[in-house]
Amino acid sequence: MTYTQLAVLGVVVAVLLDLAVLRVGLLRRRAFWTGYAIIVFFQLLTNGWLTGREIVTYDPAATLSSGQVVLLGDWRVLFAPVEDLMFGFALVLLALDLWVGWGRQGVDREPYADGPWQRRRDAREARAAQQDQAAQRARNARP
Amino acid sequence: MAEELRQFAYLGVLVLVLLTTLPLELYLGVRVWRRPRRLALTVLPVVAVFVVWDLYAIDRGHWDFDPAQTVGVLLFGTLPVEELLFFLVVPVAAIMTLEAVRVVRRWPVGDEATPAPRTHGGEQ
Repeated sequence: MTYTQLAVLGVVVAVLLDLAVLRVGLLRRRAFWTGYAIIVFFQLLTNGWLTGREIVTYDPAATLSSGQVVLLGDWRVLFAPVEDLMFGFALVLLALDLWVGWGRQGVDREPYADGPWQRRRDAREARAAQQDQAAQRARNARP
Repeated sequence: MAEELRQFAYLGVLVLVLLTTLPLELYLGVRVWRRPRRLALTVLPVVAVFVVWDLYAIDRGHWDFDPAQTVGVLLFGTLPVEELLFFLVVPVAAIMTLEAVRVVRRWPVGDEATPAPRTHGGEQ
């Protein structure tokens, strides 16, 4: 099989796993697509480095691209063949499905956030709630 | 690039990915590195599948690696060690990104112990 065929197959298998086999259903979640948008941006950068510098080279017979390393066009995006985007999508979706799948099984499910940023937000929200309550009390106390 | 640095052209990118995602663990507190059991159970099957794909692709000549820009450690005789590390680093970075989105936006991803309250009509 060519890289093109394998890449399409990889995406199909990952999608089927997500929707029908593992039934994690990340493809239906806003969190997944938002995360993927961030991931694909960085993938284009790192992949652009790997392919633009020809650290990795591809057989033109196995890809849609004619083999010339161009920034955009000829089935390449930021130097990388489009097949790499499909490869990356399958890799990322499979990994995230397994991660969420294990969480659903109860493996290391919680806690899932405890950083300084999180604590600061919690404190901010607690303060806002207190102020709300105080304002409410003040309103109610009025004759 | 100096010749001795050139061999780290691939490995260096992987280190950069690890370093740039580290604040997600330390500052956002996504707790990906601190759930090693779940992380291992997730990453190991991914590594297995994609190493097989990689070995097949190398065997069939789909892609090739520049010996001058890799450190030169080959697994199974053909697979640059960077490729194996890629299949470890990229899933970790992807998981950290998903967890970061979950933390910041409070959107559920499907493993919550109790279904998240659906406040604004169908935000999944």
